[in-house]
Amino acid sequence: MYTPHTPDEIRSMLDVIGAPSLAALSAPPPGLEIKVRLDVPPALPEADAYAHIKAMADEDRAARMVSFLGAGAYRHYRPPAVGWFATRSEFLTSYTPYQAEASQGSLQAIFEWQTYICLLTGMDVSNASLYDGATALVEGVIMALHAKGRRRVIISRAVHPMYRAVLQTYASGMGIEVVELAVGEDGRTHFTSSDGASQPADCVVVQSPNFFGCIEDVPAAAKLAARCDGLCVSVTAEALALAVLKTPRELGADIALGEAQSFGLPLGYGGPYVGFIACTKEHVRRLPGRLVGETTDVDGKRAFVLTLQGREQHIRRELATSNICTNQALCALIATVYLATVGSRGLKAIASANLARARELAGALAGIPGFSLAHPTPYFNEFCVRTPVAAAELASRLERRGFLAGLPLSRFYPALGDLLLVCATELTTGQDIAAFAAAAREETSHALAAI
Amino acid sequence: MPSLLFERGAPGRGATFVSDAGAAARYLDAGLLRADLPLPDLAELEVARHFTELSSRNFSVDRNFYPLGSCTMKYNPKLNEAAAAFEGFTELHPFAPDAGCQGALQLLWRMQRALTALFGMTQFSLMPAAGAHGEITAMLMAKKHFNDIGEGARNVCLVPDTAHGTNPASAAMVGYRVNAIASTARGRIDVAALKRKLGADTAVCMMTNPNTLGLFEDDIVDVTNAVHEAGGLMYYDGANANAIVGLCRPGDMGFDLLHLNLHKTFSVPHGGGGPGSGPVGANKKLAPYLPQPLVIERDGAFALDWGSQRSIGPVRAFWSHFLAVVRAYAYVIVHGVDGLRRNSELAVLNANYVRAAVKDVLAVPYEDFCRHEFVCSAEALKKKTGVRALDLAKGLLDAGIHAPTMYWPHVVPECLMIEPTETETKATLDGFAATLRGLVELAEAEPDALRAMPLHTSVRRVDEAHVGRQANKGIGLRWSAEQGAV
Repeated sequence: MYTPHTPDEIRSMLDVIGAPSLAALSAPPPGLEIKVRLDVPPALPEADAYAHIKAMADEDRAARMVSFLGAGAYRHYRPPAVGWFATRSEFLTSYTPYQAEASQGSLQAIFEWQTYICLLTGMDVSNASLYDGATALVEGVIMALHAKGRRRVIISRAVHPMYRAVLQTYASGMGIEVVELAVGEDGRTHFTSSDGASQPADCVVVQSPNFFGCIEDVPAAAKLAARCDGLCVSVTAEALALAVLKTPRELGADIALGEAQSFGLPLGYGGPYVGFIACTKEHVRRLPGRLVGETTDVDGKRAFVLTLQGREQHIRRELATSNICTNQALCALIATVYLATVGSRGLKAIASANLARARELAGALAGIPGFSLAHPTPYFNEFCVRTPVAAAELASRLERRGFLAGLPLSRFYPALGDLLLVCATELTTGQDIAAFAAAAREETSHALAAI
Repeated sequence: MPSLLFERGAPGRGATFVSDAGAAARYLDAGLLRADLPLPDLAELEVARHFTELSSRNFSVDRNFYPLGSCTMKYNPKLNEAAAAFEGFTELHPFAPDAGCQGALQLLWRMQRALTALFGMTQFSLMPAAGAHGEITAMLMAKKHFNDIGEGARNVCLVPDTAHGTNPASAAMVGYRVNAIASTARGRIDVAALKRKLGADTAVCMMTNPNTLGLFEDDIVDVTNAVHEAGGLMYYDGANANAIVGLCRPGDMGFDLLHLNLHKTFSVPHGGGGPGSGPVGANKKLAPYLPQPLVIERDGAFALDWGSQRSIGPVRAFWSHFLAVVRAYAYVIVHGVDGLRRNSELAVLNANYVRAAVKDVLAVPYEDFCRHEFVCSAEALKKKTGVRALDLAKGLLDAGIHAPTMYWPHVVPECLMIEPTETETKATLDGFAATLRGLVELAEAEPDALRAMPLHTSVRRVDEAHVGRQANKGIGLRWSAEQGAV
């Protein structure tokens, strides 16, 4: 479809090569030819392929619903400028910037991303990005393991359940013991409880705002980490919160990591997103993946280049700090262009709008008979609401009315069947909130009547 | 260089983008809030100039020939981009109920099926985010499988010396001891050496086929049989799959597990180093261990399935690099099997054509025809003139051609690994060969001229040693208000 060869060219190229035919040149060794008809859809002309894929996209009703879903993937305004500049072909179709002279654009953009992440988290150094928040958590835990060598991790149960599930996947294969800390009635983690958390550990992992939306007592996590002689690892699944909350560094974290999808990346049914990881200077050599540093060229001109590659797999092979090869360069670029476009003024204004809309939503939902806010704890743009009927049933009733009502916590916490995690962002309108609250009120009374 | 963003802008510039909701202190206690947010404020035109200028300092497939071995820098069709921009995909939340995501789920399901057929496996997971992520996923699957069957003591991973660095790094992450297998004079794995290393401790043998020398491992069935007899598993690194699509299948060769790089073989743009997508395929024995959720079809409806008790669990937060998979699906659907096979054939044709055009000036250490890529060596040139493979690569940059992969695999000294891909015209290949030959001639006449290259790129050769020493101390890796880059 996109190959340029004419029959004449193929013939003359085969002559130069000295091969009888295209098939002979590329055939596998005898016995390995494909002997079955492959069950792959037949080729479509490009115009038909476009229509075929568009028809599938149009089937996704949920993409058009009024949404109060967050839970680690957030619907935010994406200024058109962001996609326009970030997806220029010169960025989109380039490779990893191993050749510094041919990649200054990508390299400088990564250096700028690293700086933004440091400014947002308060940390000294950041890498060039990771696959997503969950894998960033795994890499942060591995950094702590390399620093302490105990293969024991303490993690709050209020860390995103998918992040914890991913950590468990890796921990099982790597022989790491994972100790989970309980969450209290106020929606925050018990960092002072002694169960299992008094022995030495590589790190204590805390997420703030946590999965329930509650702003955690990160200093308490840092204190527990100190008692266990481990590092304090801070997770942020909603990076926009970093615009207003105290930085992980100020709160005592050694490693700050998380998910930066909120900075200009679409929901995209879960990816690609962009993980970040940053730390204090003393751990720089334990950072996974790529790092860009500033230097000069032979003429003394400012230049950027990949550095500390001695940590990486293509040099160290089995002794590398991580097996990571690619990062999420394009996603990190999108986030960088987003941050450049909105600036501190825009980011603060957008964060405030999230705070405001979430409180309007909380007010509207708390006004429904039988509804209440689940936790008396400060939150950013999402929170749990207690419902008088099973949250999963309510959500499914509301879905039929065109609302993505939020995440019923029973999906991950079977004991919390009456809690619904809801989110409002700067894109949530007053009309959305009013319509949603009215529908929730009606559906609740229908559900109660049916019992 | 252009200024950094942090050296541009001015306080008070910029915009707020949303209606005013007041300061954060209206909503949260001051004790929770950061004192300031020291990000630059720029006008949108400043942002436009900045990133447009940066983009001009990059080589890219849309502007430059990019014969980067093992990276498959083929053209990225723009249909892919249009498909990935449909709102039904971009605005879809991963936690939305399956009933509202039937289009996305159907696309994922169709892609799982297509890859399963094309590579001869039983099932594919589209969850892994990149090739290296696929590798660690597969190692976790292998380890869990051995634990389940009471053979958890198997802890050796055999890897040819031509393998990608990610292979040993991924194996080491699950605690496997890596044992390298030498290559023969024919550039293939030494089967006898391999067999001597097989035993009760063999867990996995990881191979790339064609290997990174661009040669088909013609003893592959012998290898997979021997590893299976020893009780081990065979893992296929799909980095070089662009040579084989529609021609032969790893499943038929005897591989139990594999990963693909949708950003190589299936034309997802590389994006300057990600996001990739690294689906993992498994045969019948290993399929229950695939990460979940998988996408299933039941009575015409599609759903995320979490049902396998033996799954290793999820390997990232959500279900896939979905928008990358959409791009790859677009590529599959406009080609069909015949088009995909044709692409592989033409990739092999282009590589052999360049090989034939340069082999009299740069030694090609293996006689056989290559597959989609080949390696040549500047060792003789270096002995004669002091000019290295690195210098030739830098010389190519001055001609607007991206450098080939260099100094890897290590078995060939002063190695250049060249992969033209199928989307390049004969004229581009002729131009590349002429440029490379010209550089070799120049090296012989004027070696210092080569060592001074590149002259015309946005920066010239950079000081890597200094930045490395600084970076070790955590310095020079970011800009700061006090000291500029610190």
